[in-house]
Amino acid sequence: MNFKSITALVAASALCAPMAFADGHMANEMTIVSWGGAYSKSQQRAYHDPYSEMTGTKIINDDSSAEAVSKLRAMNEAGNVTWDVVDVVAADALRLCDEGLAMEIDPDTQLADAPDGTKASEDFGDMLVGDCFIPQIVYSTTFGYRTDLVGDTPPTSVCDVFDTEKYPGKRSLEKRPIANVEWALICDGVAYEEVYDLLATEAGQERAMAKLDTIKDDVIWWSAGADTPQLLADGEVIMGSTYNGRLFSVIEEQKQPVAMLWDWQMFDLDGWIIPTGLSPERQARAMDYIMFATDTQRLADQAKYISYGPARKSSAPLVGKHADLGIEMAPHMPTDPKNSVNTFLYNYEFWADYRDDIDAKWQAWLSK
Amino acid sequence: MSDATQSGPMLAADGTPLKRSLARALRMQKIRALMLIAPLLLFVLITFILPIGDMLFRSVENQIVRDTLPKTVVALRDWDPASGEAPDEDVYFALAQDLKIAVEAKTHTRLGSRLNYEQTGAASLFRKSGRKVKRMDLENDAPFKEAFVKIDKKWGEPQIWQTIKTYAPAYTNGYFLNSVDMQKGADGPEARPENQRIYIMLFGRTMFMSLVITVSCIMLGYPVAWILANLPMRQANLLMILVLLPFWTSLLVRTSAWKVMLQQQGVINDTLVWLGLVADDARLIMINNQFGTIVAMTHILLPFMILPMYSVMQTIPPSYLRAAKSLGANNWTAFWRVYFPQSVPGIGAGSILVFILAIGYYITPEIVGGTKGVFISNRIAYHISSSLNWGLAAALGTILLAVVLLFYWIYDKIVGIDNVKLGG
Amino acid sequence: MADSKNAGAFVEFERVQKSYDGETLVVKDLNLVMPKGEFLTMLGPSGSGKTTCLMMLAGFETATHGDIRLDGVSINNIPPHKRGIGMVFQNYALFPHMTVAENLSFPLEVRKLGKSEREQKVKRALDMVQMGAFGGRRPSQLSGGQQQRIALARALVFEAELVLMDEPLGALDKQLREHMQFEIKRIADDLGITVVYVTHDQTEAMTMSDRVAVFDDGVIQQLAPPDRLYEAPENSFVAQFIGENNTLEGLVKEIKDGRALVQLDDGELIDCNPINVGVGDRTRVSIRPERVEFNKERLREGTHTINANVLEFIYMGDIFRTRLRVAGNDEFVIKTRNAPDQVRLKPGEQIEIGWLPEDCRALDA
Repeated sequence: MNFKSITALVAASALCAPMAFADGHMANEMTIVSWGGAYSKSQQRAYHDPYSEMTGTKIINDDSSAEAVSKLRAMNEAGNVTWDVVDVVAADALRLCDEGLAMEIDPDTQLADAPDGTKASEDFGDMLVGDCFIPQIVYSTTFGYRTDLVGDTPPTSVCDVFDTEKYPGKRSLEKRPIANVEWALICDGVAYEEVYDLLATEAGQERAMAKLDTIKDDVIWWSAGADTPQLLADGEVIMGSTYNGRLFSVIEEQKQPVAMLWDWQMFDLDGWIIPTGLSPERQARAMDYIMFATDTQRLADQAKYISYGPARKSSAPLVGKHADLGIEMAPHMPTDPKNSVNTFLYNYEFWADYRDDIDAKWQAWLSK
Repeated sequence: MSDATQSGPMLAADGTPLKRSLARALRMQKIRALMLIAPLLLFVLITFILPIGDMLFRSVENQIVRDTLPKTVVALRDWDPASGEAPDEDVYFALAQDLKIAVEAKTHTRLGSRLNYEQTGAASLFRKSGRKVKRMDLENDAPFKEAFVKIDKKWGEPQIWQTIKTYAPAYTNGYFLNSVDMQKGADGPEARPENQRIYIMLFGRTMFMSLVITVSCIMLGYPVAWILANLPMRQANLLMILVLLPFWTSLLVRTSAWKVMLQQQGVINDTLVWLGLVADDARLIMINNQFGTIVAMTHILLPFMILPMYSVMQTIPPSYLRAAKSLGANNWTAFWRVYFPQSVPGIGAGSILVFILAIGYYITPEIVGGTKGVFISNRIAYHISSSLNWGLAAALGTILLAVVLLFYWIYDKIVGIDNVKLGG
Repeated sequence: MADSKNAGAFVEFERVQKSYDGETLVVKDLNLVMPKGEFLTMLGPSGSGKTTCLMMLAGFETATHGDIRLDGVSINNIPPHKRGIGMVFQNYALFPHMTVAENLSFPLEVRKLGKSEREQKVKRALDMVQMGAFGGRRPSQLSGGQQQRIALARALVFEAELVLMDEPLGALDKQLREHMQFEIKRIADDLGITVVYVTHDQTEAMTMSDRVAVFDDGVIQQLAPPDRLYEAPENSFVAQFIGENNTLEGLVKEIKDGRALVQLDDGELIDCNPINVGVGDRTRVSIRPERVEFNKERLREGTHTINANVLEFIYMGDIFRTRLRVAGNDEFVIKTRNAPDQVRLKPGEQIEIGWLPEDCRALDA
């Protein structure tokens, strides 16, 4: 018996003692983990409320998605997984799947078909990343700018972010390499098809950072999704990247003088996983919920509450008006044809491999 | 005395040796005392000693390679990485056997993630190979070397094999090497390429900024503590509430408030521009840098400095200052030669408290530190929650712990730890 | 100096008042003149203003009104560290982080004396208090009496001409205190320094002082040498406060030839020495226990005697202490010397007691 298992045993027995009693009460309860804020609210209204009404299952929300991976790993080591369904970004789902912390799911047998009978695997298409991930929405990391601070010619290209002469002032970028290095290469003249091949090389990575060097002094780095909207509202930055839903809220709900710059938006996926190590009943209930929450109508419903695109192709035509604002949601979707002229799709395979390597260099570069 | 002539040991009244009956009498006392502290002992053991032990263990633990690829590791023993060529068929056969089992247990991707910390691309290599190995037939699909190279040509290069061989032992110093900007090379430890070196710099910055924060806390806290200690009770209590006020608001709120104060369109800059002290296009940058971190953390940690100082100063009778003045010392000399040395234990206690707290902070630096104001703890948090490289996080944490202990030891040598007082 | 009105005065308080809250005076109209070399004790109950006076002299309190002069110069506006006054504090206030020698050296250092001179003076001061071997110790390693000596040495080491002592012996046990009283007095006399000594212990005041200022209620009740204070208290507070005292209350019937006839409350008449009373005033009559005589043969012819009941007899070794009931007062005490021919009174005995009229002082009521 090694030291780790002793520790795990002690921790597990300490945790299990009260849990043994708690389990009885959990008969018809499930804990769903998500991101909190407006996003969780949209899920509450589109999925949780109807599901509870239909089945009588009580749903407990836990806003821990930001630390989902590490917490799941810790729970798994302690042998006591308390979460039933977890909302994570695709990259984290892939990682959880690799670590054996998320259950593998077969979309065709375990998820609902489209209304016209199309199999789920086809309906989701290449949104299915890894073997454990059930996609829910498409969101994007893209730019917003202050309409009153960019002069008479508003920016139209992501490369305007790199042009400090034309658009002097601070801009905010996320404090991690993903998306930033891709944009840097595109704006350094690299063709879209070559971006990831180049990023796989030392020279390509250096080239991206050299490009970012040209604006480094004008960048405020963000780490929370709420940062850029706040910085834009305060006039601390003239443009900045963040999730498109956050910008929608700044523009349409808070009526700030901010506009979208969709050019080369970075598509990313968010969806569900089910942790491994659940009891058969809990697992069955979680699967039942997932089946319900990811059908065509439900995914389209979520877009009434937040400007993220449904992950099923069959849901797109069903997207209607915002439930509270009453505006047509389709033009605000990152997947709208007008918005998606130039797009990146988060390259999960690439980043799973290069994340550790590029991140080490990125951190060294940042702190220089 | 007649006893003095006895040759044997002293006996108690009942004839047992006195020593033994004394030990028996004391044992009951000891057991009772132990029972009293047992809950605390258990609590400390479970919540403190074990996690720290676990951390120390994780920083060197590396059983995953040996556990997942047992046959491959054995087969690789005869392979010489210096040859510059991929190993022989028997190694590939061992790999096929190991992966077959690993895929069943779904541990191959976990190994891929682990090796990806050391060699970029290992994650996808193992994920991809796992899928293919599933369909491989161990009896008939030989030669496996070809089969693997067909899956991915990386299997045909010596690099991945060298990584597996290097990390085959159950324990590794790799995480620690990484923590000091080094790596395991072909010929033992070597420095990392310059564009990946960061941790030594971060350790240095963390120490430096924690010291600056500690010194600012001393400078700002000392006068406040002095006033507190010299005010009448009623006013002192009121002021004490003000000092403790920061404790009653959440850390995030306080830190965000500093953002509003210090940012370029913030309160301070607005005021300075309004007063005409700063031009509108040359607003001061006071946040998202080291300055912002130091300001916000000094504010947050100030009470930890003031409280021990105050409780020590309270015990210094005012007659010392009077005595010094009556002996001819002016106000400054009386303070510096007489009052100050006696308040040093309070400064010491406060400094240790503030320094150790500062060294481990990461939320505040993350929010207001920008890129140049972040601490080593931010990297540890990143490796815990994002990269899942817990071994590296543990190694960094262990080094941080060692550094704190080292500082503690130096402090003991210079000031003396018995010179630390939290109060009367 | 020009502004001194009293030639030869070293320390002067002139019409000094002190108030902390602006409503009540802690020190009321204090006037005091001390010549050089005098050992003066300020004696009084706590809250009587004696310590405040000392602190004003030291410079730690400012006078609300009036003038304090040292050697003819007004020191009201001179900060404490420039007054050059040595001071011994109640709890010694030895600096705990310095050794004994460093403590003593401190006043010399701030006066920028050279190292060898400092060492020499420190040694001399330590020898003076017989603590020469303790220079390297910390104050916490010394006994109370030793700390006391060091505090004294420190107040003297920079050769202050005026030394203030604020209840310096309060923390010592009785035996040590008596020894230190003697020691301090000896050193003060040897050095010829002027000392202002504050205490609430009257024995200390009596044994050490050239003069004693008895404080009460912010006013000096009497300023006199110890023997005058004891034998000729000027008011009933002083009579009560200094030494043991018997009090009888009554009315002054007449005053003739410097003698007052006092009718006690139970009707008995006694002869007294009128101090601050007139005919018809209520009075408290003060008689010292050792001046009361019950042996008629020893009383002067024609002395008034009154009846007394013996309540208690206490053998105290050198003296006998007998408690009597006199004129309704159960606490009347007489003291008699333990001599071979001395009578030992028994409880219940009826006796007649009397005294010399000049020993019986009729004071304010």
